[in-house]
Amino acid sequence: MQAMIEPAATEGVKPPATTVGVIGWIRGNLCNSLFNSLLTLLILFALYLSIPPLIRWTLVNALWSSSGQECKAIDGACWSVVTQNLRFILFGFYPWDEQWRPVASIGILIGLLCYTRQRSHWNRRLAYLWTAGIGVMGVLMHGGVLGLSVVETTQWSGICLTLLLSLFGLTAAYPLGVLLALGRRSKMPAIKSISIVYIEMIRGVPLISLLFMSSVMFPLFLPEGITVNKILRAQVAIILFTAAYIAEVVRGGLQGIARGQYEAAESLGLDYYLTMRLIILPQALKIVIPPSVGILISAFKDTSLVVIIGLYDLMKTTQVTLANPEWMGFSTEAFIFIAILYFAGCFSLTNFSRDLERQLET
Amino acid sequence: MARLPETQRIPFWHDPSKRALIYQALALGLVFVLGYYLFAITQANLRRQSIATGFSFIEREAGFEIGEPLISYSSADTYARALLVGVLNTLKVSLTGMILTLILGTLVGIARLSSNWLLSRLAGAYIEVLQNIPVLLQLYFWYSVFHDSLPGPRQSLNPVPGFFLNNRGFYFPLPLAHPAYLRMGIALVVAGLLISTLHRWARRRQDQTGQIFPIWSVGSGLVIGLPALAWLLSGAPTDMDVPRLTGFNFEGGLSVSPEFAALLLGLVLYTSAFVAEVVRAGIQAISRGQTEAALSVGLKPSQVLTLIILPQALRVIIPPLTSQMLNLTKNSSLAVAIGYPDLVSVANTTINQTGQAIEGVAIIMVVYLWFSLGTSAFMNWYNKRMALVER
Repeated sequence: MQAMIEPAATEGVKPPATTVGVIGWIRGNLCNSLFNSLLTLLILFALYLSIPPLIRWTLVNALWSSSGQECKAIDGACWSVVTQNLRFILFGFYPWDEQWRPVASIGILIGLLCYTRQRSHWNRRLAYLWTAGIGVMGVLMHGGVLGLSVVETTQWSGICLTLLLSLFGLTAAYPLGVLLALGRRSKMPAIKSISIVYIEMIRGVPLISLLFMSSVMFPLFLPEGITVNKILRAQVAIILFTAAYIAEVVRGGLQGIARGQYEAAESLGLDYYLTMRLIILPQALKIVIPPSVGILISAFKDTSLVVIIGLYDLMKTTQVTLANPEWMGFSTEAFIFIAILYFAGCFSLTNFSRDLERQLET
Repeated sequence: MARLPETQRIPFWHDPSKRALIYQALALGLVFVLGYYLFAITQANLRRQSIATGFSFIEREAGFEIGEPLISYSSADTYARALLVGVLNTLKVSLTGMILTLILGTLVGIARLSSNWLLSRLAGAYIEVLQNIPVLLQLYFWYSVFHDSLPGPRQSLNPVPGFFLNNRGFYFPLPLAHPAYLRMGIALVVAGLLISTLHRWARRRQDQTGQIFPIWSVGSGLVIGLPALAWLLSGAPTDMDVPRLTGFNFEGGLSVSPEFAALLLGLVLYTSAFVAEVVRAGIQAISRGQTEAALSVGLKPSQVLTLIILPQALRVIIPPLTSQMLNLTKNSSLAVAIGYPDLVSVANTTINQTGQAIEGVAIIMVVYLWFSLGTSAFMNWYNKRMALVER
């Protein structure tokens, strides 16, 4: 058969220049209809109007390290507000000379996250690594051993507080969320209704009302003489809040497990506890890993709310900087800077969860 | 079945149904003990700090001013009225926000799927950037832009005659009161009624004869035409109430405070990014075969969208859309951070003045729970109406 095919007459003839290469791409993707061509022109015009002034403001006319006075004289961005106050914005009241410790801790955290990204690294060792890593971070941040001076949690501020509240919030909320999800699917009416009331009530109110509760109501709940510091109280509020959302995500995972799995477990003679621990939860929790990362992202963004009850997170340290008369009026630049920080964190986590989704599906 | 001998009967702790009873009793007992314990301690604490309890405070005079109330309010009014003003402000920003979010989100979601590379990339960047920045930060950002970067009233920006932008607010001209506008409103209602009757008639005719009535063009003609006719017949009034600079600020026209504008803009931009993703996912969930099949039976592209794609996509879209609308309502509570007098902000002031934290937080929670339940009830009803009718 092969021999019958003549040496192609088309061999050596190139495809028309209008369907391949740059021109072909432009024809296919930018100008494939009259409407699209007009749209492309309109967008290009809008970009032409907006991009050059933006570049002039952010880069050309900008000052990178100057005093606030010099900044007032120019009409560009004053990035000095960030560079001159960088350490305060990032670490707040953490003692100045000890700030290498949060830097090292965040380094460890990023390292751990990068290591976790590889699906092939998911085994028992990863759990040990995380436990060890969290222990080391805790020791580094708090001190008190190995000649490190003690830094009370009340002094942890800026990005440390943001990370502490969101990471610890998710970790502590997870077991509670799983219990609530199991409770919601339980056949026992009392347990089911307690879980439903809790989940729906928490999901129906804004986080800020829980934070208010933690800051103004919680002290009333404690016996006389016992006080709990404000950070821990906010942490409790965030945990209670996140748990309800985790419960709904886990419930979705539980619903995704086929009935046959329960029946098979039952026919093997496993009781409820063993069925859940050995058969159902390992499968259900695997399904819900990507949406759980989504909850971590929301928790990370939501911790910014603690600024409203006066905790010194990243947002509050920025506001304190901006309240300084020297740097007043440069809020746009400062907010853009922390927006970039938040974006970097959330965006990499988003991509992580998308990768996971793709890998776990196959 | 024969009764088992006494020795072989299952002990009650191995009987699943009895065990379930015990577990439930334990759980309920735990909740009650915890509740009672908290209640007792709180009572003791309140007595010791001599904080009043109960909701009698809402009858007392509030004594604080609220900017931009929707109903008449002064500092001599009661806390109850102050809280009502807060609730109305929350509703105002949530409802306006929802409508704008739905429009903007749908547009961006469709743009994300556009075959125009530039447009779809721009929409993608919009979605990624706005989703991944905390909404509170966006609120602060817009507030600082409106409050710090705009000039004072005397140097107001005046992009179009009659429109003024300054750091005290945005001012728009409003048509002067005239009976024509009431008549236009009535004409609009009449047009709506006509369209719904027409729609029913057209559907019946299509069922019987197969003829399609151009309901869209006739409907839009009615909606625009009837009010325009009413306006012309009442003498075509064109007088506008243009804002004027008097003393230190503008008077007349419609004014929007920078707080409200920042809150609305922040909420709409943030939530619309999520809505866009929901819309995109919903449209992509409809397989290409549906479009091809519809085209092959001879439907026009516009009919493919309205008759085939949208009804199916809406079914996928509505549940996640509900939760986004609820998120918007809940996030409107962040108004307290930029000083827009919403419910949380008013309740916060109330708590600070009366010291009755429990009642204040309870009011916030109950109102938001009602909003949430109301929105989900409505969306569930709508969802049921749209749901697939299995034959």
